[in-house]
Amino acid sequence: MSTAFLYALVGVGLFCIGLYALIVHAHLLRKILAINVMGSGVFLVLVALANRTENLSPDPVPHAMVITGIVVAISATALALTLMLKVAMETGRAELPDEGRE
Amino acid sequence: MATIFLAIPWGVILILLPLATGMICFLWPKLAKILGVMTTFAIVPSVVGLGWQIASNGVYRYAIGGWSAPLGIELYADGLSLLMLAATALVGFGVSVYSVAYFERAAAVRFWPIWLFLLAALNALFLSADIFNLYVTLELMGLAAVALTALTGSKEALTGAMRYLLATLLGSLSYLFGVALLYLSYGSVDIAILATRVIASPAVWAALGLMGAGLLLKTALFPLHFWLPPAHASAPAPVSALLSALVVKASFYILLRLWLTIFGPLVGGEGVDTLLGLLGAAAVLWGSFQALRQTRLKLLVAYSTVAQVGYLFLAFPLAAAAGVTAWSAAVYLALSHALAKAAMFLVAGNLLRFGGHDRIADLDRVVQRLPLTAGAFALASVSIMGLPPSGGFIGKWLLLEAALAQGRWGLVAVMILGGLLAATYVFKVLGHTFTQADVPHEPNLVPASMEWAALLLALGAVLLGFLASPVLALVGIGDVFSASEVRP
Repeated sequence: MSTAFLYALVGVGLFCIGLYALIVHAHLLRKILAINVMGSGVFLVLVALANRTENLSPDPVPHAMVITGIVVAISATALALTLMLKVAMETGRAELPDEGRE
Repeated sequence: MATIFLAIPWGVILILLPLATGMICFLWPKLAKILGVMTTFAIVPSVVGLGWQIASNGVYRYAIGGWSAPLGIELYADGLSLLMLAATALVGFGVSVYSVAYFERAAAVRFWPIWLFLLAALNALFLSADIFNLYVTLELMGLAAVALTALTGSKEALTGAMRYLLATLLGSLSYLFGVALLYLSYGSVDIAILATRVIASPAVWAALGLMGAGLLLKTALFPLHFWLPPAHASAPAPVSALLSALVVKASFYILLRLWLTIFGPLVGGEGVDTLLGLLGAAAVLWGSFQALRQTRLKLLVAYSTVAQVGYLFLAFPLAAAAGVTAWSAAVYLALSHALAKAAMFLVAGNLLRFGGHDRIADLDRVVQRLPLTAGAFALASVSIMGLPPSGGFIGKWLLLEAALAQGRWGLVAVMILGGLLAATYVFKVLGHTFTQADVPHEPNLVPASMEWAALLLALGAVLLGFLASPVLALVGIGDVFSASEVRP
């Protein structure tokens, strides 16, 4: 098993931990963090497996993808945090009400 | 003249124009209204121009900055993309005309820039030819859609938007994971190149599962529809119209495009299509049933979207044997639903303005006092129910034809039952528009432009029923449907 593959497995693990946290935690900040952990998992898989062929130099395309992905993740997190603050100000709690779910 | 017209890069204009004017609207709020309407109007001839190019030269390709496919980003449009762009242009212009009178000054300043960004994202999405670019446009679209949902700042709108944001981010991350797996296994993100390279392997199955789940969540297919009714019902009426008509269709388009080119030929016969069909059938029944139970018009219309999205997925199990018919049906349903559902949400906005509420039972003599709005609702309902001669009828007829030819009686029953349930819930609304409410109220004035925008969109959904053969001929350009037959 190569190091790259090991890193990729860690990425998959991060993705799963993030998904679990997103589902079980009610607090919106934890949900937003969970989404970010999931994103980091995907980025780790991309960066790790870019180097999957031992002797050649790493493939630059996944790196470009990760940079684009980080930009997207930052904007999404900024929007999510603003929205969370507004929800907290309006309802008094940074959680989603349960009755909307069915 | 014609050669100049053909030489203009219409695809680039479709993306850059709304992006540029969106930024100008943000910087000079005074210009927002006029510039917004002019931009959405200018999109219509641009789509016509692109259509002309496609009709005379075949599939449209444009290498951005002169860098072509494997390295650079290429714009691509065939008949399928063109139809989605046309639906976006028509619905977008109708909703924009409506929005001029709908939004007060303070809200208008926020609405127009975000709507133009959403328009740019939608156009870019329909013109994308690689799966990573689709991810980026999917995110751009999702963030703009969430911001629009939260526009009113009310408690319901904010929680609805937050739920929507979490769902849409989860969907795109799942999709991105699939993109990563496909790129790392086959060394390309270009859809056409991937289509030639993929073979049935664990990586492809994992990618299908991740991308499929993400896109189904964004398309709000039962049972992943939980975020849609609160978000669509609490947004301002023009925004609900855009979300239901276009944003939900965009993720369906990606799913359809990937299925047709990459996944369908590979795993078509292995039960995935049956699963999608079953979920679609459940969505039709569950969405219609929930719509019937609602007491507020906007929630009823939102649940109707859950049901109508289900119809789109009934095409998947039928496509293995009747590819072209089933896919044409799905595209036709998507188009007519876009027009009809936009009209319905605009009608809901009119009634909300008119009576100050959208409780169905308390509608007060709407037919006498807002005849155009009531007419718009009736026409849109014709298409949603699938009665002739509307666009919805053509789509459902094609689906029914394919299901009957293959002896899929279960699907036939679902389609008929779904149509009956749809008739029941729209007549529940229509019935109350004729009667007087227990507590009569003083109506507020509804501007004529808001009534006409709803009526013309609904009329478009019905007229689509007469345009079946040219539209279906257009969808054939690029031959995207016949490529999907199961490979031996």
